[in-house]
Amino acid sequence: MAHATTVPHGEEHEETTTGLSHRKLLIWAFLGSDCMFFGSLIATYMVYRGKSLVGPFPEDVFSIPVTSVSTFVLLMSSMSMVLAYSALVRGSIKGFRIWILSTAVLGMTFLAFQTFEFRDFANYEVHLDCARVEAEDADYLEGLTDFETTFLPRCAAVDEEFSEQHGLTLKTNLFGTTFFTLTGFHGAHVTLGVIWLLSLFFYSFRGGVTPERSLDVDLAALYWHFVDVVWIVIFTVVYLFGVFPGF
Amino acid sequence: MTTLALPLPKRPVHPTGVWSWLTTVDHKRIGILYGVTAIILFLTGGVEALYMRVQLARPGQEIVSPEVYNQLFTMHGTTMIFLAIMPMGAAFFNFLIPLQIGARDVAFPRLNAFSYWTFLAGAIMLKFSWLMGGAPNSGWFGYAPITGVAYNPGHGIDFWIMSLQLLGIASLAAAFNFIVTILNMRAPGMSLMRMPLFTWMTLITSFLLVLAFPVITVALIELMLDRLFGANFFVTRAGANPLLWQHLFWVFGHPEVYILILPAMGIISEVLPTFSKKPLFGYPVVVLSGVIIGFMGWMVWSHHMFTVGLGPVANSVFALTTMAIAVPTGVKIFNWIATMWKGSIDVKTPMLFAVGFIATFIIGGLSGVMHASAPSDAQQQDTYFIVAHLHYVLFGGSIFALMAGIYYWFPKITGRLLDERVGKLNFWIMFVGFNLTFFPMHFLGLDGMPRRIYTYDADMGWNLWNAVASAGAGLIAVSMLVFVANVVRSLMKGEEAGADPWDARTLEWSIPSPPPEYNFEQIPTVHGRDAFWAQKRQGVRTVAVAGGSYNGGEHSIHMPQPSYWPLVAPIGLLMAAYGLIYVSSIFGLAAAVLGGAIAMVSVYAWSFEPVNDPPETSEH
Repeated sequence: MAHATTVPHGEEHEETTTGLSHRKLLIWAFLGSDCMFFGSLIATYMVYRGKSLVGPFPEDVFSIPVTSVSTFVLLMSSMSMVLAYSALVRGSIKGFRIWILSTAVLGMTFLAFQTFEFRDFANYEVHLDCARVEAEDADYLEGLTDFETTFLPRCAAVDEEFSEQHGLTLKTNLFGTTFFTLTGFHGAHVTLGVIWLLSLFFYSFRGGVTPERSLDVDLAALYWHFVDVVWIVIFTVVYLFGVFPGF
Repeated sequence: MTTLALPLPKRPVHPTGVWSWLTTVDHKRIGILYGVTAIILFLTGGVEALYMRVQLARPGQEIVSPEVYNQLFTMHGTTMIFLAIMPMGAAFFNFLIPLQIGARDVAFPRLNAFSYWTFLAGAIMLKFSWLMGGAPNSGWFGYAPITGVAYNPGHGIDFWIMSLQLLGIASLAAAFNFIVTILNMRAPGMSLMRMPLFTWMTLITSFLLVLAFPVITVALIELMLDRLFGANFFVTRAGANPLLWQHLFWVFGHPEVYILILPAMGIISEVLPTFSKKPLFGYPVVVLSGVIIGFMGWMVWSHHMFTVGLGPVANSVFALTTMAIAVPTGVKIFNWIATMWKGSIDVKTPMLFAVGFIATFIIGGLSGVMHASAPSDAQQQDTYFIVAHLHYVLFGGSIFALMAGIYYWFPKITGRLLDERVGKLNFWIMFVGFNLTFFPMHFLGLDGMPRRIYTYDADMGWNLWNAVASAGAGLIAVSMLVFVANVVRSLMKGEEAGADPWDARTLEWSIPSPPPEYNFEQIPTVHGRDAFWAQKRQGVRTVAVAGGSYNGGEHSIHMPQPSYWPLVAPIGLLMAAYGLIYVSSIFGLAAAVLGGAIAMVSVYAWSFEPVNDPPETSEH
């Protein structure tokens, strides 16, 4: 656990049977439920993996370097979340503000990456270097994806470069349907988290965030870490398994 | 607690009248709201069933069209499961759980109110589909792709989807609440293994709800994206697998069956000991059986899909797990019978319903084991044999138990007893009517009558038993009228119940009927199972004895204050849901956005509203 320090239970001075505060139990029950939610979405994605009848397919659109950067950003946001919480517990409201704002900004950066990625996928174009195709350049041909290969005959009518728009949307194929739904709902979770973090940030200026009420931040932190962990699974299952053969 | 100058409207302060009910956060009032709403909706589901039985009473009738018939069975199933049995269970959870564990309210009183109003929004969404261009028509399980827009272009399915989403939100919120309440708000000394059985079964049911509902939520989201936004989840032309929906639905759907029956088993486990004057036989085993049923409920879903061609291995595995789950259920039955064994049995109406439950539930359980065998099920699938089975467990099981619960706790809830003679009349008419309706369906099923047909030819050999079943349905309707009459009569001039009319065993009977707003003047200390029984018999002073004086206890007890937000947020959700259905038009889009905004703002205002405003003159 990230927050194993001894912390007073915030404002909740009520006696509870388990010793945990009500809201802490609530958020754990909610996260358990949310596991089943994402589990079902990921299961749907897995069932339909490789079952799309038309392209584009994962290897056409994914850019692992770009998504690795956004994944890194999201992971770092978990770290700054931990720092925000620990600053608050140590009584440093200023430190809390800095780190909670950093967390929110990192979260928004991730969302910006995702928006950019979605737009990119929706405007995906097939490009073929027809000169190299005509020259039967073996390296080039082997590097083509299955989807690109289906366009090789079109080079007959083009000299230099063949390009055609084949955007990936919710409607395109099973990949588009399952990909946008799964990552979209994850993005919605991140968005809610960002709103939550920003609310705490602004609330701290009205005196609403105090070390005695650290539970408020603890709950947001639990949610934020959970959303992060889900992204690790999505990044592995959807992106890495989608691009690297053998999985 | 710090007060912060946020621009929030004033809290509602209405001790009586309509507003007091609209803004209440008292678990007892919310329980009553749930119960009354569920009974009314139960009657509407019953009317839908009567239409079907009238239509099927004789061969070749055309009283309703096939299209309307499809809507009738879909609405009947969805209503009875989601709008009648589940909320009636929720009514008991709400009213009883804090009383049984010795608490003053649930852990999150406003969330509790939110559950009820969201449930009501879901009910409105479903039932008003009749008036808004047609009800859903694809069965309560809504198999895709037939619910896809290609085969089902009307809005009926959309109403069904949105209704179930709203009901799901309501059930999830309630389940979170009861998990926290039961785990965290027990009176001193009430360890888990001292909890009343009904509390135990509520806890298990809540865990099932928390884990099962997200799965149907995802399935419904996928179907909605298909229907409204052109996604391909269930579009076979795009390579979709038509079994995906069935798997997702039944992964939810089978735990749902236990969500419907476990609270019933909890009620039975409270009623039988009280009227047998014995503790429940084998309490730990009954608890453990409930837990095992909760676990194994997740391992049997594909027995709903024996005939879709999953192959012999899958079919064998699910046949075995399905037969195995009969074991903990059987264990419970034997424990109930052993509880009555050599007890001094007092045959009051709740006891009659409880014993009726055991008898009919055994029949339903046995036919369940019959189609646990995949080859046997291949004969029975989609015939009236299945209809007979599911009504024996859901009506003969859940409804009988809920009736037992109503007759048992009505005096606690209202302070007045239901009439015993009318109650017994109620039971016997219902018991005979029920068996007359559903037992012949076993024969009809074995004679090959398929489910969901709106009429049949006279020479199929189904005439006699259909006529008998329809007559039985009439008797059930009469029994419900007797029930309603009994309730009305009691409310007007029923006998005063007193705190403990049944010489009962659990803490809710230690306080006056109806309970005061704060439930317990002093939080009781519990020294064993059947805490109140021990107190009465051995003079162990766990709590202030019922009817004791309550001098001045009130002003020192702070109860959660009423709030508008649990009512406003569901209104926003309902608006957003209607908006989404008509999202292709500008008004729909506007309603969706506005509704979503209302819900967001309410949740925001809610989280900044303290549970209790600080008192004018601070006491501490």
